[in-house]
Amino acid sequence: MGRTLAEKVWDDHVVRRGEGNEPDLLHIDLHLVHEVTSPQAFDGLRLAGRPVRRPDLTIATEDHNTPTVGIDLPIADRTSRVQIETLRSNCAEFGVRLHSLGDADQGIVHVVGPQLGLTQPGMTVVCGDSHTSTHGAFGSLAMGIGTSEVEHVLATQTLPLKPFKTMAITVNGRLKPGTTAKDVILAVIAEIGTGGGQGYVLEYRGEAIRALSMEGRMTICNMSIEAGARAGMIAPDETTFAYVQGRPHAPTGADWDAAVAYWSTLRTDDDAEFDAEVVLQGEDLEPFVTWGTNPGQGVPLSGSVPDPAAVGEDGARQSIERALEYMGLAGGTPMRDIGIDTVFIGSCTNGRIEDLRAAAEVVKGRQKADSLRVLVVPGSARVRLQAEAEGLDRVFLDFGAEWRHAGCSMCLGMNPDQLAVGERSASTSNRNFEGRQGKGGRTHLVSPLVAAATAVRGTLSSPADLEPVA
Amino acid sequence: MEKFSVHRGVGVPLRRTDVDTDQIIPAVYLKRVTRTGFEDALFAAWRGDPNFVLNLEPYRDGSVLVAGNDFGTGSSREHAVWALRDYGFRVVLAPRFADIFRGNSGKQGLLTGVVSQSDVELLWKALEAHPGTEVTVDLGTRTATVQDLTVPFEVDDYVRWRLMEGLDDISLTLRHADAITDFEARRPSFKPATLPARTAS
Repeated sequence: MGRTLAEKVWDDHVVRRGEGNEPDLLHIDLHLVHEVTSPQAFDGLRLAGRPVRRPDLTIATEDHNTPTVGIDLPIADRTSRVQIETLRSNCAEFGVRLHSLGDADQGIVHVVGPQLGLTQPGMTVVCGDSHTSTHGAFGSLAMGIGTSEVEHVLATQTLPLKPFKTMAITVNGRLKPGTTAKDVILAVIAEIGTGGGQGYVLEYRGEAIRALSMEGRMTICNMSIEAGARAGMIAPDETTFAYVQGRPHAPTGADWDAAVAYWSTLRTDDDAEFDAEVVLQGEDLEPFVTWGTNPGQGVPLSGSVPDPAAVGEDGARQSIERALEYMGLAGGTPMRDIGIDTVFIGSCTNGRIEDLRAAAEVVKGRQKADSLRVLVVPGSARVRLQAEAEGLDRVFLDFGAEWRHAGCSMCLGMNPDQLAVGERSASTSNRNFEGRQGKGGRTHLVSPLVAAATAVRGTLSSPADLEPVA
Repeated sequence: MEKFSVHRGVGVPLRRTDVDTDQIIPAVYLKRVTRTGFEDALFAAWRGDPNFVLNLEPYRDGSVLVAGNDFGTGSSREHAVWALRDYGFRVVLAPRFADIFRGNSGKQGLLTGVVSQSDVELLWKALEAHPGTEVTVDLGTRTATVQDLTVPFEVDDYVRWRLMEGLDDISLTLRHADAITDFEARRPSFKPATLPARTAS
């Protein structure tokens, strides 16, 4: 029987097959490191007197904690500063390459890896961050891991893993104009639920997926974790090869030819079987937004907040009631009537150059609604430079937005970019959990297009709702 | 890691589903560089509510958490496990766990047992009928017992063995150091490396 893409990549990384109920031992091609989930792992190495086995397969960046204004000044928050300084001293001590604040390749770890050409098809990629699933867009097996596993990979460049089940997510047909990769993945998560992918590696397939750019594919794979999946993957193709070619760490010459020959074998065989399959039709999808406190609680923008009274099952009704109470929303409210205080454009989900271009195209020549603030935070310093070279910074500044430096920023509010209690955001990030963007903050997950249109009107909107620019 | 065979402690009924790791420990507490001392951060936002279960007297010293479906979703932060452990929890029982959280728990000696939804309901009722009741969790027989109620739970065979032996993963893997070296010798030359540093372009 044939094998799926995930099974092929798995098999090519098995150092040792487990016996009996033991896990397989898999080799790791690339280990991405950041300041939040690594200090205790480096400490563990020190205590055991172990080196980093493969510093040449490890790279670090500063992203979660870093300020997005005044980056040339010392970090004001003492605990944040200590954590960043700890990463710097650990990388120096163990010989790990680090892209620090101020470096052109500093930025969100999942933006930096692909941009440097370090993420390539058919690799195993791990990072102490759940959105590592992003790198699956290249046909890599990419997983978020905890700090104990970070230490394990630093020490051994391997991970013991039990095989996953596989699920095909097929999106047939074409997306309508105005429907983006973000809308597709929000619709998928609403369909299968936040636990629907638990125990699975998802493979996104079908015409609508093939038609996406690499950045759109990264947006899709990025949020696989929000469906509970361990990873998400898309088979590499000409779009993938063209994206990788010429990047700083891309293979060249004979290595490039050998790489493409291998990468071209990385697709699910026709006679392979998935353990589960979900099918969506591209034409049926439209801009999608969340109303609740997990990423599965979403509806089309044209829809309304669900009415808990219409839900029969006790547990489901209580879960909706609880979410609506936190979100300060009444069942039945049209999504387009919901007023927004802050628009956040950024994150590892939607902080890449195409996202910024799409948002800038919507706001160009307009003024933001007086009632709200707009934060635009590029995913990496290089994305920021690129945007500035294209004049996007001027477009956002003229619109009334704040143009910030790169980092995770308000996606998780570890730095000063946070929502206040009761403040409501339309955010291009990935999680609308209670308090995610600041204690008491209320988050609606949206695409960059919806974020931009919302910033114009002040209520959840799509570009189709806007009057033409005079 | 400490060996785990049987644990007996106060059961805490947490009647919530989708308890994500941002609820277990909010991001502001992740700035610390230590591996211990996270007990104050556990469920930090919810603990502001005087009626939250851990603020009720009989449950304060709880060590067996019984939660709803999809416990530990979201962020990979192992700090969530450290916070539960530092507070005093040794066991979490739920119908379904997020993969990364479950993996992290196994590395830190926190037992996560999968119990059917109907058995979780029975455990909740038993614990609420007699607040402060102890639960006996037996990893050998894979059962949890409250008074005369005994329910089975599932745990991966390999994780169970590691917990019962108290074994550290890294030392287990380093037994196969030669296999890693052999594998690395066969790694294709086209695969990328982060070092030596590129010359500035």
